[in-house]
Amino acid sequence: MKLREIEKEMLVGKHGLAVRSAIEHQVRVGEFFGAEDFVEVTQAHVMGDTESLGQTGIEWLESLAKNDPGARVRIPTITDPRGTDFAKVLVLKQPAFAVDLERRAIEAFKRLGVLMTDTCVNYQTIQAPARGESVAFGDTGVVIYSNSVCGARSNFEGGPSALAAGLTGRTPRYGFHLDAVRRATMRIRVEWQPQTLNDWGALGGVVGKLAGHYWAVPYMEGIERTPGSDELKHFGAAMASFGSIAMFHIAEVTPEANPGGLPVAHRVSEKEVRALQNAYASGKEIDVVVFSAPQLSLYELRALAALCDGRCFERPLLAITSPQVKPDADRMGLTARIEAAGGHVLSGMCFYQSYAREIAEANGWKRLATNSAKMVNILGGYGYVPHLASMEQCVEAATTGKLP
Amino acid sequence: MKTLVARQAMGKMVRGEALVAKDGFSARYDLDRAKGVFSRPSHQLAGKSYVGKILVLDTSKGGVASAWMLREMASRGLVPLAIVFNSVNPILAQGAAFGDITLVSGFDCDVTDQIPRGATVEIDPAARTVSILE
Repeated sequence: MKLREIEKEMLVGKHGLAVRSAIEHQVRVGEFFGAEDFVEVTQAHVMGDTESLGQTGIEWLESLAKNDPGARVRIPTITDPRGTDFAKVLVLKQPAFAVDLERRAIEAFKRLGVLMTDTCVNYQTIQAPARGESVAFGDTGVVIYSNSVCGARSNFEGGPSALAAGLTGRTPRYGFHLDAVRRATMRIRVEWQPQTLNDWGALGGVVGKLAGHYWAVPYMEGIERTPGSDELKHFGAAMASFGSIAMFHIAEVTPEANPGGLPVAHRVSEKEVRALQNAYASGKEIDVVVFSAPQLSLYELRALAALCDGRCFERPLLAITSPQVKPDADRMGLTARIEAAGGHVLSGMCFYQSYAREIAEANGWKRLATNSAKMVNILGGYGYVPHLASMEQCVEAATTGKLP
Repeated sequence: MKTLVARQAMGKMVRGEALVAKDGFSARYDLDRAKGVFSRPSHQLAGKSYVGKILVLDTSKGGVASAWMLREMASRGLVPLAIVFNSVNPILAQGAAFGDITLVSGFDCDVTDQIPRGATVEIDPAARTVSILE
């Protein structure tokens, strides 16, 4: 890679040990992908839940500040959801070791100057990136939204790489920082209009499976109305989850949308979307209902609160939002309405990042209903039988123990 | 002996048994990391141990967690010896760099067709080669 003077200084340790270790990691990744140089970034977003870090990752994180007490991130660096909501540990029955690891991780991040935003919807709650802005974001749903809806530029940056970008203020210029990689590679005709959020997620999942890998950029036409932020959130998060896709084009929505002369390679009708939804509909009995992945917006909580009014839940219902939205939901009475029915509103975490296997065993949860296509794709590996249903159907399942 | 040449490579030279499938890979979605086995019911390798094996798979899938997880898995000795992909996303490359796991990707063929199940394979990242020994 071609290095500027400041990057050479970082590599020889003139900016401290933490920065040296960060840029060494970035050069290794950059050279793997053939990056010519670095691009400066304005924001970094670090995924750092402790189920992923483990003891080893936390010790590594703690060692950064210990070995280099002056080490601080040089650009705004924020965090993805944590593995717990400390106010709800007893509800979740999380193991004590997990809570201890969370506390250690938070302290280690804070020592480096990281802002603990604990959100996977920072484009809704913190600051959406602008068109052309180069960033280092570390949640696949955040990256696909930023590239496809905002027109910003990011690769999937895993925790160590996003933190490295925070420390150095740059990232290797490869992948979705390059114009050539951002062009559509596959043209898809959508012949059915999604209605609910789980429809949007399922459509995203179908497209993700068709596109199939990180370097594919599907262009979609035929979507007749402009989707809102929550719809695009579920659509993108599922596409990234099912297909490892980092960018899509929707005609008239994506700033760079351009089919580039590609012929239509696939047509997606209601049949394909229903097939994906039906793959997560193995029975009616439900142990737990979860709204998460991505964290709920104020508008989703508003819709959920309306559905909860006058109900009394037979099964646990967990609604997970960001620490930015939770105080508003409290202040506006949405939390109280959901909890009056027997639900729980949690913040700053994400269900599948919160020791999902351990809490399933502790609570006897196996059959889970959610309206998140992303989450049903993930939870099978954690021993759950996930069911994909609409928000209305999920609330009904919490009320009766059965999906309608 | 057949030798395949990859476009991208990192890590140490390794030799081991190939565990092959036309399927994807995500440490979070697909594995029971405590037991060292593939746990996602729909994965072609469900129930199989990945420990010490050279995984030969189509592509990396899923979220960003694998970037942390490979190092954590390595710290407990429950980690693949190496991973060979037709194509790789940044997360697995970042995770391999962070966890010091050998990774190669990008061939002029479908690598899952070229390496027989259970074959002994040697990977030389410096030469970007994957050699099928037996």
